[in-house]
Amino acid sequence: MTGSAGAYPIDRIRSDFPILSEKIRGKALVYLDNGASAQKPRAVIDRISKTYETEYANVHRGVHYMSQKATDAMEAARLRVKEFLNAASEKECIFVRGATEGINLVASSWGRASLKPGDEIVLSVLEHHSNIVPWQMIAEQTGAVIRVVPVDDRGVFLMDEYEKLLSPKTRMVAVTHVSNALGTVVPVKDVVRMAHGVGAVVLLDGCQAAPHIRLDMQDLGADFYVFSGHKLYGPSGIGVLYGREALLDAMPPYQGGGEMINRVTFEKTTYAELPFKFEAGTPHIAGIIALGSAIDYVESIGFEAIAAHEHDLLSYATEKLAGINSVEIIGTAPEKAAILSFNIRDVHPHDVGTILDYDGIAVRTGHHCAQPIMDRFDVAATVRASFGLYNTRAEVDALVEGIKRVQEMFA
Amino acid sequence: MSDLRELYQEIILDHSRHPRNAGKMEDATGEAQGNNPLCGDRVTVFVKLDGDRIVDARFDARGCAISVASASMMTELIKGKTVAEAEAIFQRFHEQLTGKAAPVTDENDELAALMGVREFPTRIKCATLPWHTFRAALEGEKDRVTTE
Repeated sequence: MTGSAGAYPIDRIRSDFPILSEKIRGKALVYLDNGASAQKPRAVIDRISKTYETEYANVHRGVHYMSQKATDAMEAARLRVKEFLNAASEKECIFVRGATEGINLVASSWGRASLKPGDEIVLSVLEHHSNIVPWQMIAEQTGAVIRVVPVDDRGVFLMDEYEKLLSPKTRMVAVTHVSNALGTVVPVKDVVRMAHGVGAVVLLDGCQAAPHIRLDMQDLGADFYVFSGHKLYGPSGIGVLYGREALLDAMPPYQGGGEMINRVTFEKTTYAELPFKFEAGTPHIAGIIALGSAIDYVESIGFEAIAAHEHDLLSYATEKLAGINSVEIIGTAPEKAAILSFNIRDVHPHDVGTILDYDGIAVRTGHHCAQPIMDRFDVAATVRASFGLYNTRAEVDALVEGIKRVQEMFA
Repeated sequence: MSDLRELYQEIILDHSRHPRNAGKMEDATGEAQGNNPLCGDRVTVFVKLDGDRIVDARFDARGCAISVASASMMTELIKGKTVAEAEAIFQRFHEQLTGKAAPVTDENDELAALMGVREFPTRIKCATLPWHTFRAALEGEKDRVTTE
């Protein structure tokens, strides 16, 4: 951090994350793979232990004390999620395993009930495979057709091309809020407004946005929004599907089982109210409760402070890497969040990753589960450094030194 | 840097920069495409058999230094061998990489240069992908092979 950036409590924040004091081959861990999954603060780790040690039983079932305690803790976390998203009601906040399951739920449940042959689903070329494949599956089943919004050479979502794709045939627009491969921030508020103009429903993939940008469902106006807990410094295996109540109400259940029913007989089963209609089976109770703690943690630092800190890191890293002759940055949109994708001339990303890892620097190498955008830029893979609230300029410097060692190795 | 230098030896870098037997083969008797879904790497291996003998082998790859070098070395090694001999080389190489057999120590054995991969478990698949693909090509499979 620069001195001018003010009082961002980086030392205190770093000390909140036990794993950051781990050594890799004697060297400090430089964790720049936050886009894949973020590390966990002590508060989240402790909350999981506390749940199992003092307040654990199955939820919404037992008449006994522990069941009630666990249920209360879980529902308190749901309320926390509702506030985090500024949803109109906690009924709109469905706990799922992660964003992938959230998208599959909407594609399957909403899609089966709503899509007809010839209906169009609009995606963008920036999408993660999890926001492509579920739509391809439901398109195959229903006869709907997928249309794709292109990007320009900087990785900017092309609004005019998007506008051309919209028509009364458009039933669903499913796009990412922030690109996981390039970091592009998509102007989703405009995306939503224009989709609604033709009567389409909108799902936003918020995986890469939730850790960096303050979310407000009332402001965004999206019909569905998904994010994963593990990228937001919470546990893996838990995520949230937000959906507007009227839409969720009209949708058939996704999975059948316990908890999601009202009354079961072999002749007819009636379903539970929202949100439980979409939460079949025993949920990830401790994960849900600890997700609430992760939200508390992030909000205790504050999104404005986090965004300023990460923006400083991204600008600093972009400037440093742009100054290295053989480095090509992939994705140079003016609006980006915390992600820097690049390649080193004549060196495969996999080899870069191994050499960086040798110095304790963790980056992601590969296609980032976003092969269409790799194809768009005619690369098989990239190296991706993705920043989180605990990263520092010194870690960017370590990355730059690591890149120099890659160049030496392959010189 | 010692383990890293062990992985990226000169001979590996040389093979990756100047791969031997690179390119397509028009008169192959068998070919197969291998795919590493983790990194998106792809390799196509072409073989030409005369009876039981591998009279020619080529490959076309888009991949990391380890996978390209391994493919390059493989084609050099298997040319002129019988299918059974080539299978035996892969069997031994696979066991050496996965720690089921002691590493090659004979410096004259070209595969010795790939023994550095043993210290990098995430990269073993890079070294074995060309070989798995070669075996699929032998079976005349046109299907894709993956490392998963």
